[in-house]
Amino acid sequence: MEIGYYPGCALHGSSNDYEMSVRACLSTLGVHLRELDDWICCGATAAHSLNRKLAVALPARNLGLAERDGMDELLAPCPMCSAQLMKARCVLAEDQAFRSEISEIVELKVRGTTRVCNLIQIFQRVGYESIQKIAVQRLEGFRPACYYGCLLTRPPGVVQFDDCEHPSSMETLLKGLGAGPVEWNYKTECCGAGMTMSNESTVLELGHRILSNAAAHGANCMVVACPMCHVNLDMKQSAINQRYSAAHDMVVYYLSDLVGLALGISPDALGIPRHFVVRK
Amino acid sequence: MTHNLDLNSVEELAHTRVHDCYQCGKCSAGCPVVERMDILPNQLLRLLQLGRLEKAMAAGAIWECVSCMTCTTRCPKSVDCAGILDALRQLSIEHDVASPAQRRTILFQQTFLDNIRRNGRLAELDLVRKFKTQGFLDDLSVPQLFKDALLGPQMLRRGKLHLRSRRVKDRKLVGRIFARCMADNGRGNGHGGIQGELEA
Repeated sequence: MEIGYYPGCALHGSSNDYEMSVRACLSTLGVHLRELDDWICCGATAAHSLNRKLAVALPARNLGLAERDGMDELLAPCPMCSAQLMKARCVLAEDQAFRSEISEIVELKVRGTTRVCNLIQIFQRVGYESIQKIAVQRLEGFRPACYYGCLLTRPPGVVQFDDCEHPSSMETLLKGLGAGPVEWNYKTECCGAGMTMSNESTVLELGHRILSNAAAHGANCMVVACPMCHVNLDMKQSAINQRYSAAHDMVVYYLSDLVGLALGISPDALGIPRHFVVRK
Repeated sequence: MTHNLDLNSVEELAHTRVHDCYQCGKCSAGCPVVERMDILPNQLLRLLQLGRLEKAMAAGAIWECVSCMTCTTRCPKSVDCAGILDALRQLSIEHDVASPAQRRTILFQQTFLDNIRRNGRLAELDLVRKFKTQGFLDDLSVPQLFKDALLGPQMLRRGKLHLRSRRVKDRKLVGRIFARCMADNGRGNGHGGIQGELEA
């Protein structure tokens, strides 16, 4: 299976461990990633906070590139990117006049024919049963709290993925691979996302609540499918401990890390030693 | 460019109807940062319904919002509350009435966008450097300047820092996209952006 690939800035930047993990995992599953040529940033929170047209134009340029290159589907493993791309696609589908204007702005015809998907949807496409068949190692001893955060399931009309209040797609996948995901309350509560630098106290507070709830429900690790969730829960964990005199010692995996381990890929190849909190 | 400030400006930007809100309070009940807000999300909606746009634009709350879309998702009247906060942020900058207490958050968003305009993709180190420098010039806070300084070496050791980021080939194009979107402050349909550029 070949699929268009939009890495986004985070995966080409400090979240390169996520990209290693996604690439290693999908290549073992026979999914060939074709990176979008000369993609640009989706604009993230800054664009939709400061300029509405820019918040559509930046993702639209990428959708136009994908169409030009004949990609039916584009994988964006970062939910911020995938949500912005999906939102732009919805807005453009509704309004033909705006679509022509945006096409002129981005110097490329954008029709909105390329579908956008997140990482979990690719695993679903491959098929959970097929993944189980190729798996060589049971994920015994892993009791993850699966954390969806905000933009994987919201807004539901735009992203159209899983149940927006009580998603379960990661749990189903990991259960099938031998892990014992826990039930907990903060699955879809936001971690503060891109506010890490500008509004640190918010991020520390939200992260502290999320980590505490995961531990209280018996989780011995967490699983995310978002580079910002990983930064806020893994990289900022020692700052959270400091601020709240807490003793969180929670390993935070990307979903592709655990699937990769089950497929027999080494932790090194998945970039796991690059995390800040590691299993001793 | 100045615009007449009224409810239409908000609704046009947010593509949603403010008067649909019947004040059930569900947006505020589910908001993860509501405790940090000086004016709650449902109260912001009420201010808009009462025509008090200036007060809503100056609220610190609109910059505390983490854009998690919970309010929009749960609204029983399908009001895009998060979209309204986006519109309020954009208008508050355009009309220079944004809460001074939120300067750092605003500075970050502006620095981020400027970084994209110049590089096409985020150059993380450049973002950190510019944000830290400008933030320090604004408030002369030494702790803020050195906060996270220890993260740098730790990230470098983990191979998470790129001294040279991969930039896009056609950076001029990105500049043109920005100029066109900024030309009419990201507003309206028709072809204002392109025309503005031709006239300039």
